[in-house]
Amino acid sequence: MDATAIAPNPSRSLHRFANPGRFLRLSGRFLAPLAWTGAILTVIGLGWGLFFSPADWQQGDAVRIMYVHVPTAWLASAGYMGLAVCAVFSLVWRHPLADLAAAEIGPVGAGVTALCLATGSLWGKPTWGAWWVWDARLTSMLVLFFLYLGQIALVRAFDDPERGHRAGAILALVGVIDLPIIKFSVDWWNTLHQASTITLTSAPSMYVGMLWPLLISALGFSLGFAAIVTARLRAAVMERRLRGLLMARAQAGA
Amino acid sequence: MNHLPYIAAAYGLTLAVAVGFSLAAWIRMTRARRRLDAVDPRARAATSPRVAG
Repeated sequence: MDATAIAPNPSRSLHRFANPGRFLRLSGRFLAPLAWTGAILTVIGLGWGLFFSPADWQQGDAVRIMYVHVPTAWLASAGYMGLAVCAVFSLVWRHPLADLAAAEIGPVGAGVTALCLATGSLWGKPTWGAWWVWDARLTSMLVLFFLYLGQIALVRAFDDPERGHRAGAILALVGVIDLPIIKFSVDWWNTLHQASTITLTSAPSMYVGMLWPLLISALGFSLGFAAIVTARLRAAVMERRLRGLLMARAQAGA
Repeated sequence: MNHLPYIAAAYGLTLAVAVGFSLAAWIRMTRARRRLDAVDPRARAATSPRVAG
């Protein structure tokens, strides 16, 4: 039996799922459940954190800012990782949706990173007595925000969209170096920002009454982020199809 | 120290950004679908989930 007849070609199967028409049909099916689940989990997580979780013995009620700050911090890094994955798919496999996805993740990721910096600042003032310090964690997160802005600007800076997407993809890949710096900055340097209380390798050092609302709101924020990016990507695919149709009509009429 | 203004500002800002991005995405998606429908009604089938049957 010919083995090549049954072995799937990886690049072909990748492109099968990248078909814009198939993406529109699939995303049309899961977008509403994704958005509603995200919204409900966010309301539960934030409501729990705001009204039912205990205050911190040192920080008092200011710790409740954690339920919006930490999910945005995780999402800022995860969103950038998403950009980098899109960059690999775009540069290596010329994935038809990867460039569009990267262009749509960028602004949402920048918004989330700005939100992380702003809520961190609002948390820092009552706990540290300062809105901002040039601490390694805060500075590396600010660098991430500038990387997002750079990617957004590069994607839109060229008359030829192909060149813009390529430049944005290269910046997205180069900027990945900032992600481990953000993650380990609190271990590598003596920072004012606290060390991680939740890690994959050890039990969380956080009271369970605070941990659950944090995890639920983080999951809700993540699903909300995915829903917003999916909706933007659906719009971008339809806009591209519309441009193609109008161009074809103009050429047929000429 | 009263922390309420900081908490209210953090949650208010988050809500504003989330609602802003969601509304903008929904409006853009709806507008794109409407314009696509106007140019080519057959494209409607390609942008919606397939109905079984």
